Amino acid sequence: MLFKVERRPQVSLKLRIAAPLIATVATLIVGVLLFSSLSQSPLEVLRLYFIVPLSSINGLSEWLLKASPLILIGCGLAVGFRANVWNIGAEGQLVMGAVAAAGVGLFYPNPDSPFLLVLMLLAGIAAGMAWAAIAAFLKARMNTNEILVTLMLSYVAILFLSWLVHGPWRDPMGFNYPQTALMPMNGMFEPFNMMYRLTPSIFITLAVVIVTWLFIDKSHMGYKMKVSGAAPLAARYAGFKQSSAVWTGLLISGAAAGAAGMMELSGPLGQLSPQISPGYGFAAIIVAFIGRLNAFGIVLGGLLMSLLLLGGENIQISLGIPSSVTRIFQGILLFFLLAADFFAMYRIRRVRGAEA
Amino acid sequence: MVPRLKLSHITKRYPGVVANDDVSMSIMPGEIHAVLGENGAGKSTLMKMIYGAARPDSGQIECDGVVIGEHSPSQARKIGIEMVYQHFALFESATVVENIVLSTEKGFDLNDLAKRIEELSHRYGMPIDPYRYVHELSVGERQRVELVRCLLQSPKLLILDEPTSVLTPQAVQRLFETLRVLAAEGCSILYISHKLDEVQELCDTATILRGGKVVGTTKPKECTTSELARMMVGAEIPKIEIPRTTLSAEPVFSVKNLSAPALTPHGVPLKDINLDVYGGEIVGIAGVSGNGQAELITLLSGEVPCSQPDNIQLHGKNVGHLRANERRGQGLAFVPEERLARGSVPEHSLWENTILTADKLGLVKKGFINRSKSYELAQSIIAKFKVKATGPEASADSLSGGNLQKFIIGRETALSPSFFLVAQPTWGVDIGAATFIRQTLIDLSRSGTAILVISEELDELFEICDKLLVICNGEIHGPIETASTDREEIGLLMTNGRRANARKEAESAV
Repeated sequence: MLFKVERRPQVSLKLRIAAPLIATVATLIVGVLLFSSLSQSPLEVLRLYFIVPLSSINGLSEWLLKASPLILIGCGLAVGFRANVWNIGAEGQLVMGAVAAAGVGLFYPNPDSPFLLVLMLLAGIAAGMAWAAIAAFLKARMNTNEILVTLMLSYVAILFLSWLVHGPWRDPMGFNYPQTALMPMNGMFEPFNMMYRLTPSIFITLAVVIVTWLFIDKSHMGYKMKVSGAAPLAARYAGFKQSSAVWTGLLISGAAAGAAGMMELSGPLGQLSPQISPGYGFAAIIVAFIGRLNAFGIVLGGLLMSLLLLGGENIQISLGIPSSVTRIFQGILLFFLLAADFFAMYRIRRVRGAEA
Repeated sequence: MVPRLKLSHITKRYPGVVANDDVSMSIMPGEIHAVLGENGAGKSTLMKMIYGAARPDSGQIECDGVVIGEHSPSQARKIGIEMVYQHFALFESATVVENIVLSTEKGFDLNDLAKRIEELSHRYGMPIDPYRYVHELSVGERQRVELVRCLLQSPKLLILDEPTSVLTPQAVQRLFETLRVLAAEGCSILYISHKLDEVQELCDTATILRGGKVVGTTKPKECTTSELARMMVGAEIPKIEIPRTTLSAEPVFSVKNLSAPALTPHGVPLKDINLDVYGGEIVGIAGVSGNGQAELITLLSGEVPCSQPDNIQLHGKNVGHLRANERRGQGLAFVPEERLARGSVPEHSLWENTILTADKLGLVKKGFINRSKSYELAQSIIAKFKVKATGPEASADSLSGGNLQKFIIGRETALSPSFFLVAQPTWGVDIGAATFIRQTLIDLSRSGTAILVISEELDELFEICDKLLVICNGEIHGPIETASTDREEIGLLMTNGRRANARKEAESAV
């Protein structure tokens, strides 16, 4: 007796809609068990987790603030993932984007220039692309594994940032804290309202979502990348260059991550410190998959992931629930979501006999 | 006499299709019994149930008068039922005896087994050296290994699934002799095929399946080919019309001094290949699979560019260095052997699959996909080539092999190619569709296109080609005018080049 996983011949719309709902219900059930076993009132925990963070303007602002980089990076990653180009190192590209943007902000000779913000954004994008380009070059030329290269380059980037803020770029007026000076005013996005942290950089993310949708679903280049991912031999048959899918996938995702790094720097952070990202680059991988590698799906995925981060912090603070428990809970939700999605696309059939 | 195998009212349903519908038949000891049918007629499903790899929904199977209920392939083998699949399951990097010992359930005495292999293979007139590595063997020899593996179990019933599809005419004759000896010893043989002349030559009885049902049982030796074909297809088969042709003054497509290393560790390097194809003719390349066809096709199509630009010329221009899409821009179109995942993207819809090669037909504007144009093209191909599909939204992998092939050929002819490269045009395609595809190729050539067909089916090449080339061990022989040669001559050329490392087969063929 054997089991065989096979693609469903047709994926019904009902199933596609039902999958996330089933996952949510399953998560709630497990969540209730989990929190009850910690002698907490499950309803109270769930309220603090999912309702409270969204019931104030500040909460909503924080929600979008955290969702923005996740969505931005997720969109970039989806382009490459569609072509089986696995950029796992968006975190490093984000860091390099922030570092380059900070370099411009700190050292540009005219800090009052009205173009400083644009220059910093361009520097962030270029640095993210350049960092990803290392992996692209090695993959296209020597067929190295981009998963390993991008991942290892992330650690290089994080250590490079650490060296900068502990060493040459440390703010001389900063009481020896490992951080740079604040960015000049012209190098910062101005929040919508000084009470909250959300800035107009969210519109950049919105624009990227639409461009990603056009690129993946409507453009010839996006089509070629999808073919490269789905059927490499068909791509070769058609005459699409494998290396151009590698370059495009890595450069676009690098650019998105670099831009996200700059937007963090010029938004909520204001300066570099050793920890500039709570793992957005890694979380965005999950976001991309929750969104089924579709631009609008990624928006939903990013909003969900952001809410999980906020809610997790909230129950840690309000109820003293350890952070490991919140991470377990997040893991359970993501697990059910991806599993439900898998069973919407595939089914398991029992096969008899040896000729499986 | 008790039949060796008796099937009563076998029905098997798969989601959406009835693969076998109330099938009954019986085979006597020592009988060679053909199961004739087109692709999708339910032959393979039926054999799988006999061999225990699938289970009927209803009906029963009796062997020597004993009902065999739920059985697995290993139980089937204990009863004495053996099967040789169309696609061999051998480990290339192991020797013959090592491959065979894997399937025997007792003992690991290789020397003893090797002796038995030698004895047995000599007795049945298909000598094989047990210590040779499988990757050194020709396809015919590999089939012998599979056969010997079955015969070692002294089977009572031997099932052969399309055994001749990869053999030269001479090797086919050798196989038939072996099968006749076996039958004379009392072993029943179930012979699955869609090749009518072979069935007529070899088999005592034929059960004909169409759409999962038995449509008749006859003595094939007493029927004409067209009677058998009509039963198999259920309709008269249209005749292919081959009008006279006029050739272009200069060759449209030329290969000059092309040599290339093997693609894979067990592949075949190409040695100094030269060939010309003129506008208005169909040139065929015959050969036993694995003699360099895969390498040649990827180089001719541009999937792998050649080392020298002048290795390949299209309209006198050097194109050897160009990639597939660039050659397509110069008038080359190509239908690969693998329809899914090479000729099409399996999970993409048909309209999306038109963009794969036909993007230049206005399907892409300013870098964006024109969905309605692609949709229209897909629709017109479906209509013109009578593709059975639910519509342009149907995914490529929802089509049967033959229908997908028609779609791909339709897409490539829509490019109005001046040179058309086609690999295995009708492999696994039913007779109706195959006839249609062959006629399409002939019409296209008569309108001035130069066509190169690479096929393992000699009958097909003889039917449609004006000239034949033979590929053997990475070398090309010919061209030979089709009208001035016969299957025997081509068959010898197909094996000759391998004489060095397959002497036995070549000798036995002579």
